[in-house]
Amino acid sequence: MQIRTVTEDFIADLLANGKREDGRDFMSYRDIKVQTGIVPNAEGSAMVTFGDTKVIGAVKISPGEPMPDKPDEGNLMTGAELHPMASESFDTGPPSPDAIELGRVIDRGIRASNMINPKALVINDELVWSVFVDVYVLNYDGNLFDAGMFASAAALNTCRMPKYEDEKVIREGNLEKFKPGGLATSCTFAKLGKSIVLDASGNEEAFMDARITISNDEAVIRAMQKGLHGSFTNAELENLIDISFNKSKELRKMISDLR
Amino acid sequence: MGGGEKPELMINGKRLDGRMPDQLRSIKIESGVIKNAVGSAYIEWGNNKIIAAVYGPKEALPKHVQDPERAIIKCRYTMAPFSSLEEHGRSGPNRRSTEISKVTKEVFENVIMLEKFPGSEIDIFVEVLQGDGGTRAAGITAAAVAVAASGIPMTDIPYAVSFGKVGDTVILDLNKIEDNYSDADMPVAISPRTGDILLLQMDGTLSKDDVKAGMDMVYRAAEVITKVQRDALKAPYEKISERYTK
Repeated sequence: MQIRTVTEDFIADLLANGKREDGRDFMSYRDIKVQTGIVPNAEGSAMVTFGDTKVIGAVKISPGEPMPDKPDEGNLMTGAELHPMASESFDTGPPSPDAIELGRVIDRGIRASNMINPKALVINDELVWSVFVDVYVLNYDGNLFDAGMFASAAALNTCRMPKYEDEKVIREGNLEKFKPGGLATSCTFAKLGKSIVLDASGNEEAFMDARITISNDEAVIRAMQKGLHGSFTNAELENLIDISFNKSKELRKMISDLR
Repeated sequence: MGGGEKPELMINGKRLDGRMPDQLRSIKIESGVIKNAVGSAYIEWGNNKIIAAVYGPKEALPKHVQDPERAIIKCRYTMAPFSSLEEHGRSGPNRRSTEISKVTKEVFENVIMLEKFPGSEIDIFVEVLQGDGGTRAAGITAAAVAVAASGIPMTDIPYAVSFGKVGDTVILDLNKIEDNYSDADMPVAISPRTGDILLLQMDGTLSKDDVKAGMDMVYRAAEVITKVQRDALKAPYEKISERYTK
């Protein structure tokens, strides 16, 4: 309890003076690094760090049956795993509501931006490709939403496309690249008291009142999610949408450069 | 976003059910429908039929979830297995309902004065008996009445509604078929006293101007929705006062 109070006051005092613990501006990202192809067995993979937050995004593509209501579309399944080795605060056991929310917000960002073009994933009358995107958190220091979305996008943009021949899946050899139908990234803002910061660290997230994730591409907003007990005003929302369009350009450029 | 042939959702500026773009479906709320609960409400929002019930505050269990400074909220949104026009669903929580339970809980963490009940839990149940699009918004609107009826102190009675987009038109309060085939869906919960946004989710395709236009509709809808909520809270007492004035 005591340690918690000290840290909270420290973070709050810094923000009140327009500062952050690592010296960043309120609206800048930490150092972002990405390394693709780290799991060669997966069709696509990327390890991404946002400061000390480290996540893996990995893509597996397998033949499967289409959803009954969408016979002419491939499937997308996105999951997020808050691995207990990544933080003292993550537990073993079934996925927590936090992990489910993280996976579903990333899923909606991928889906709504058409990063997976479902109509292009039909194999034959009975089979379609199912694309599994897994976000694995290896070390937690805040902002898993943007790191997870970035890692997923990086993996999808450097992914190979398996072939289906004579009822067999060919995953090696001369394969074409997977062709994403769009590119979206997300900007997540944390609100602590009256201050709003981009790309919150673990210490900042421990005391945030509210969080909002805005996923967009060049032109439009593709997904949003507000979280936690705090609130945003409509004016703050409009301002953060502008900032997200502006800041996400650097993220999308990093991913485009990987191709 | 749905599969199959996309139906025409707007004909001559009107929607499939005859509504204008910024028109709500009809909303009816009845308070006090679950006798055992400390507060409850039944909402009919268009073809949605949803019950919300509140229990507590009571000792939070298991003990390790207790917060010595405030009450915790447990929220469970579920859809009954017979609630959709399609096949029989599975009962109990799934990934979608777990996420909706979480964001619903967060709405009430904002407005309930949790610090009044340290070590306690307050349980909010939202059960969708029949779903026709916008169930999380209708569920929050009903749960707000249930919490208010329970007497648990709140800073405000929140309401929720969604908006979306069909072609170039931003529309308020999407029903199921609009939700399935529209270009975007954005449920929002608002604290009407301050205008603060307590819940916000969105997926699809919206420009910043669309969000602005949709949020205007959401704020304008407050007048109608909050009146239905207040009337529902008053109704049981009006019946009693009628009896005594006869």
